[in-house]
Amino acid sequence: MSTTTGNPGHSSVLGPGTPAPDFSLRCTPDQSVSLSEFRGQPVVLAFYPADWSPVCGDQMALYNEMLDEFQEFQAEVVGISVDGAWCHGAFAKQNKLHFPLLADFEPKGAVARAYGVYDEKDGTCERALFVIDSAGIIHWSYVSPTGINPGANGILSALEDLKAKSETTAAAK
Amino acid sequence: MSTRIPLRLPDPERDHISGSADGLIRLLEYGDYECPFCGEVQPILKEIQRRLGDDLLFAFRHFPLTNIHPHAEHAAETAEAAGAQGNFWGMHDLLFENQGALKDEDLAENAAELGLDETRLIREVTSGVYAPRIREDFKSGVRGGVNGTPTLFISGERYDGARDLKHLLNALTAK
Repeated sequence: MSTTTGNPGHSSVLGPGTPAPDFSLRCTPDQSVSLSEFRGQPVVLAFYPADWSPVCGDQMALYNEMLDEFQEFQAEVVGISVDGAWCHGAFAKQNKLHFPLLADFEPKGAVARAYGVYDEKDGTCERALFVIDSAGIIHWSYVSPTGINPGANGILSALEDLKAKSETTAAAK
Repeated sequence: MSTRIPLRLPDPERDHISGSADGLIRLLEYGDYECPFCGEVQPILKEIQRRLGDDLLFAFRHFPLTNIHPHAEHAAETAEAAGAQGNFWGMHDLLFENQGALKDEDLAENAAELGLDETRLIREVTSGVYAPRIREDFKSGVRGGVNGTPTLFISGERYDGARDLKHLLNALTAK
């Protein structure tokens, strides 16, 4: 098992220190969410291939159980796939998800491409995680083999790291 | 402060242990009483316990996915409440054997069937006495690489192989 920083064998993914490309995507058929709205707090972007993957091992179901933990870091989590807003709505309802799923639907996969995690062959997002700091800079990224749920350990470590950094900076002031 | 509980190995001081505390083969399951895959692996784990006897230390930690499994949290708390009355494993088995009956009244019936103090169990479950313990299990799982259920650890290492008797026995006895 490995959830370390870095993406051996994956050259295109945006890495630490890179400004996170801004975007505005539908989260419901009539509402959009922009990355810049979250400035001032950490954001977790969880790109995933598709809604409706098997439930018990599902990555989104796991993050849904962890919203309190993410909240301890004032972090927002959003899921992103190429499914449309109506599909996301049904999926979120079925699984009682309490965080936004964004539709990278039109033009298809544009945001995933900007982050270097679009799978041209399958026409879906890869299973990729980004932790973005409060200034909008990528702090950590990870691409998981598509069939493997990357879990949340790497995300929590990155958030802890960010918190420690901001406390050090605050203490130095 | 974030709490780090990297409890990948069973901890006999804290965990529910079945089999021998001195067992050299250590199997830890993270499970959810409402998860059908956990239900499927349950008879296999029972058979493994029977075959390996005192060579095996088996431990269980809770990993309820409470949004998709609305009864999982109370079921887990019921197992803990039964544990407080000395019969964690009896309740554990009953819950897995009756996965279709996990409503609060079913949980109370289980308590009666096991001869436990039903009133005390219901009071403890409805007031969430064991909720922090379950959260602690859950967090330790997340930090240890549990992404769904069931997840098994053999002597501290996550087992990602097939969950049938043959493969599991092979993995357990290869250590």
